[in-house]
Amino acid sequence: MAVIEQSPPAVAQRPSPTGPKKGLRKYWHLYAAISPFYLIFLGFGLFPVGFSLYLSFHRWDGLGSMEWAGLSQYQYLLSDSDFWNSIGNTIIIWALATLPMIFLAMITAVMLNSAVRFKNLYRFAYFLPNVTSVVAIAIVFGSIFSTNFGMVNAILNAVGIDQIAWLNTPWGIKVTIAALMTWQWTGYNAIIFLAGLQTVPSELYEAARMDGAGPVQTFFKITLPLLRPTLLFVLVVSTVTGLQSFSEPQVLLQTSSNDSTFAGGPGHSGQTMVLYFFQQTFDNNDFGYGAAVAWGIFLVVVLFSIINWRLVQRRGD
Amino acid sequence: MASIKGSRRRGLALHLPLIIGTLISAFPFYWAVIMSTHSSSEIFSYPPKLLPGTHFLENVRNLFDAIDFFGSMWNSLLVATSVTFLVLLFDSLAAFVFAKFEFPGKGLLFGLLMVIFMVPAQLSVIPQFVVMAKIGWIGSMTALIVPAAANAFGIFWMRQYMKTAIHDELLDASKLDGANFLRQYWHVALPVVRPGLAFLGIFTFMGQWNDFAWPLISLTNPDNVTLQVALSQLNGTHGTTDYGIVMTGALLALVPLLIVFAIGAKQIIGDLAKGAVRG
Repeated sequence: MAVIEQSPPAVAQRPSPTGPKKGLRKYWHLYAAISPFYLIFLGFGLFPVGFSLYLSFHRWDGLGSMEWAGLSQYQYLLSDSDFWNSIGNTIIIWALATLPMIFLAMITAVMLNSAVRFKNLYRFAYFLPNVTSVVAIAIVFGSIFSTNFGMVNAILNAVGIDQIAWLNTPWGIKVTIAALMTWQWTGYNAIIFLAGLQTVPSELYEAARMDGAGPVQTFFKITLPLLRPTLLFVLVVSTVTGLQSFSEPQVLLQTSSNDSTFAGGPGHSGQTMVLYFFQQTFDNNDFGYGAAVAWGIFLVVVLFSIINWRLVQRRGD
Repeated sequence: MASIKGSRRRGLALHLPLIIGTLISAFPFYWAVIMSTHSSSEIFSYPPKLLPGTHFLENVRNLFDAIDFFGSMWNSLLVATSVTFLVLLFDSLAAFVFAKFEFPGKGLLFGLLMVIFMVPAQLSVIPQFVVMAKIGWIGSMTALIVPAAANAFGIFWMRQYMKTAIHDELLDASKLDGANFLRQYWHVALPVVRPGLAFLGIFTFMGQWNDFAWPLISLTNPDNVTLQVALSQLNGTHGTTDYGIVMTGALLALVPLLIVFAIGAKQIIGDLAKGAVRG
């Protein structure tokens, strides 16, 4: 709280009818009103982040005494092939889910924007997947993609393609997780894109039509550039959430791995970074290494967000 | 004639993909209904069932035997409603202060809040677990409620909302009438921002209802868990998963959520989009 007292006094002060009270005391009710958030943050936010940094320089099983480890946890992290495997898995799943999702969401938004009838009904239907719990829906997807009695393989069989062991092969696992994410987030993002589209003045479209521009040309010359801020928002949110995926692979693959419920299926092919973090921390009780993994994840997410940001911003210039 | 035909064809070209999209959105729900109404021997037979069966009540009975469904649903309701209530109170109070008052350190404190907003959750998982174990909250619902009782997103979002929604003249007038801070909050601010509170409340409730990772770790007593954790136990403990039962559980767990969503759908879809466009 010392920080507050040092802050500059150059704050506009409204004349108070009761005359100036002493110092900070007249603001006490304001500090009290914002205090719950900061108290919770102190206990479960600031201290934890600091402590996790401290922890990542130690060896600790959560019970015994801590042992100083220097940088060795981070050195091990860099050479840990399981961690790199989880980074690869996460990025592949993210790409398999996000790229089709953004494409589909944009098309859906453009169609919704021109459809006059039933617009609200469509919006409701498209948003529905997003409000359902990941656990419930992962169980449903597990059975839709089941090898022997799932709907997907039944359709493949009907058109003469051999059934695929979706939840037992490296690519099948990734595609199934990505399909689940795409299903859950396309409508959500379509509604966000739709809101962005509705800010585009309709005169622009009319002018384009008068100049003889077709729908495809209109999309790339007018719609896409004007949607860029929205696209950026969608991309950043999907990156931050997608790279931290946990529940989807955990629920889908918890029974098909024999070493740990966080292993991400046969050959760890569906083990995301966060799953790996949970395995190291709570299955192996390696709290020190878990903390180092958490910082590694943080770095990957930040790096990836910056790259995405740059890509989207530059393309329009 | 020709133009009517043309617009009809255009309408079909537009609505057909939209309808297919709607069907894909809805299909997993339909699939869950089909599975929850069949016995597991029917489910494991080929070809897959496409119409609802007759075993729903039997599956419900087996579900209630397998897990403490109502116990875990009560836990989920307790956590989701307590957190929603606390978040609405704490976030709106803090947002009101940040939106409408000046005080020393305001810029610094708000900047700090935005930084906290960006810190990823995993960083605090281990220390939070350690702290909770020390004070004995691990295994109880308190471990879920207290850390979630106020959040940076809600304060930030409500502040943006209150800045424009609450007029300064109203506040000044109430002050001349002798209203103190709490009265201003209760009688001037809250009535105006009710739609914003509804959005934040629904969003918070759904988020808490669906939360999985932290409850899975912190609720160490398998007999006292939230609904999502109970569902995942159901999926894991059986050697061969009994999909009829699991699907029935998944479906029943969705009911409270769908009710909340149906009540607030218009609000939530509209407001979510507004916030995103504003950036």
